Amino acid sequence: MALTKVFTRPDSLRDINFHFCPGCHHGTAHRLICEAIDYYGIRERTIGIPGVGCGVFLYNYFDLDVCEAPHGRAPAVATGFKRVLPQNIIFTYQGDGDLGSIGMSEVIHTANRGENITVFFINNSVYGMTGGQMAPTTLLGQRTTTTPYGRDFRTEGYPIRMAEMLAPLEGVAFAARVSLHTPTQVKKARKAVLRALDIQIKNMGFSFVEFLCACPTNWGLSPRQCIEKIDGEMLQSFPLGTYKNRQDS
Amino acid sequence: MAAGSKIVAIVGTDAVSEAMRQINPDLVAAYPITPQTAIVETYSQMVADGLVKSHMVAVESEHSAMSAAIGAAATGARVMTCTSSQGLALMWELLYIASGLRLPIVMPNVNRALSAPINIHCDHGDSMGARDAGWIQLFSENAQEAYDNTIQAVRIAEDPGILLPVMVLLDGFIISHSIDRVELLDDEVVANFVGEFKPAYSLLDVNNPVSVGNFDGLYGYYFEFKRQQEEAMLNSFGVIKEVGAEFGKISGRSYSLFETIGMEDAEFAIVVLGSAAGTVRHEVETMRAKGIPIGMIKLRAFRPFPARELAEAISRMKAVAVFDRSNTFAGNMGGPVFIELRSSLYDLEKKPLLVNYVYGLGGRDLSIELINKAAAELAEAARSGQVKQSINYLGLRE
Ligand SMILES: Cc1ncc(C[n+]2csc(CCOP(=O)(O)OP(=O)(O)O)c2C)c(N)n1
Ligand code: SF4
Ligand SMILES: [Mg+2]
Repeated sequence: MALTKVFTRPDSLRDINFHFCPGCHHGTAHRLICEAIDYYGIRERTIGIPGVGCGVFLYNYFDLDVCEAPHGRAPAVATGFKRVLPQNIIFTYQGDGDLGSIGMSEVIHTANRGENITVFFINNSVYGMTGGQMAPTTLLGQRTTTTPYGRDFRTEGYPIRMAEMLAPLEGVAFAARVSLHTPTQVKKARKAVLRALDIQIKNMGFSFVEFLCACPTNWGLSPRQCIEKIDGEMLQSFPLGTYKNRQDS
Repeated sequence: MAAGSKIVAIVGTDAVSEAMRQINPDLVAAYPITPQTAIVETYSQMVADGLVKSHMVAVESEHSAMSAAIGAAATGARVMTCTSSQGLALMWELLYIASGLRLPIVMPNVNRALSAPINIHCDHGDSMGARDAGWIQLFSENAQEAYDNTIQAVRIAEDPGILLPVMVLLDGFIISHSIDRVELLDDEVVANFVGEFKPAYSLLDVNNPVSVGNFDGLYGYYFEFKRQQEEAMLNSFGVIKEVGAEFGKISGRSYSLFETIGMEDAEFAIVVLGSAAGTVRHEVETMRAKGIPIGMIKLRAFRPFPARELAEAISRMKAVAVFDRSNTFAGNMGGPVFIELRSSLYDLEKKPLLVNYVYGLGGRDLSIELINKAAAELAEAARSGQVKQSINYLGLRE
């Protein structure tokens, strides 16, 4: 029987090794976004804007134009790009520290203005790049380097649910939370990424995909244990689903 | 060694955290950024372990860190935060408010280059950019000085004749992440040294209601306020020296505005601040042992800038090289230390030739070879009475 190739590296993803730690889901998210860019044939007109975090080296992997943004400011930088280059596809790629902490106001106002950009949000419940400090998405009780005995709502508040928070804004056309911890979930995530870019291509407004991701290094868990943690604990605080999917433009 | 002190081998960030633990401020609000992060982490652990009574606020940005610090300090609390590079840049508007409100906040800043391009390594561009923000700025040569400066900063900031925020500067990675020999003072000795903060004005004093930072109007006293800030800076010259001398009594390590080496008989000298002072000192001592008439000045206080005393210290020299780990982009005017030192000399009858070496931007190493190259050029300038080129880039790939 002849063998058929059913899976290849997306063209938009350069053929070099990721710097990510073993079991990190940043790489999976990178691949899904590149697949979607290939699917729509938009590579030549897509510009990526990573925030500061472990995704900051996006320019090494994505075979497209990339502009770095200061920590948290990617949605504002993206706004500048999109207003001047409305025919281009502009996405940001931000962690939970970048988007949910320091850049909270940028993402809310960009969403509220209904900027026709796509925000990919990597929620791994810590500041990965700086060594695992508490993020706004850190689970209650989760140990981090700044909450050594677990996050306590009395002093550190509660995990922020970005997808639910942004969805009600009028400017938001699409908001979903997906996870990358099982093949089934990756398939669903792929659909969400496709839809988010579809929304932008159709000029329907702001689109947002939140990925639940593992950070084995800073969680102090093996990749397998991370998957169990996502399945067992993270999904409790961060329910998966499509929180908004506008149909008309 | 002072009684009760102990010698430990720790990195610069831990030296700062230890000082903070001993100071035990009422509130610390901070956001992590490389290479300051370990201070936030270690202090969080200290708070979680109940070693200090501080409220620790894991705020969402440096803008909020300084805002929270201002809020807490306005109540009359003793407040600290810490940052680096982009974090300091994000605090910009609050830096001026902290000094304008005369809030004695103490902030270690781990010196790191500013973007773009992104660079996490040491230079002084971050804090030099804040030089007109009305903060006192004390540079450290090593982890010991970072520790000592942090403790002294509290006393300097809270002095009733000053009431200005103080930035303690330590070089990213070179100091923050290198293990160093550090003498830690006894907890009680530090507690007594910093004493209790007794603010003259504070919010929530029901018998003396105050409002803070009001709109000053068109015919208000903004100008006078700013003049008073300058006055406080002037007062700080004396207080920094007094506190430095008093610190010497408890630790055996006295401090002043700057330190001189071999200036009595030198004919030419290098002025330098931060960790590079250690490398330069080593070379200066080696050269002096060979009979080369070189001296050096290690600048500790950049704000206030000890213009008069520095000018006095170098006025006899034939030539002086100023090492700057940042640039002003003013159009070949040189680095900030050079510009200010040059200005300090203007009124002197007799002044040395002055030459600037901008070095180490974005963490570029300052090797012994580079120091020797600069020293040789300096010696030649002193001999010939001529400077070949005033502004030089040391270690630049050209
Ligand atoms: C103004 C400013 N403050 C702090 C930092 C330091 N910093 C870099 S990345 C980061 C957190 C990144 O966390 P996240 O966005 O969750 O990304 P992850 O690495 O987890 O994917 C921080 C605090 C910075 N670069 N700029
Ligand atoms: S630190 Fe965490 S987020 Fe960063 S690459 Fe490693 S696993 Fe991924
Ligand atoms: Mg994160």
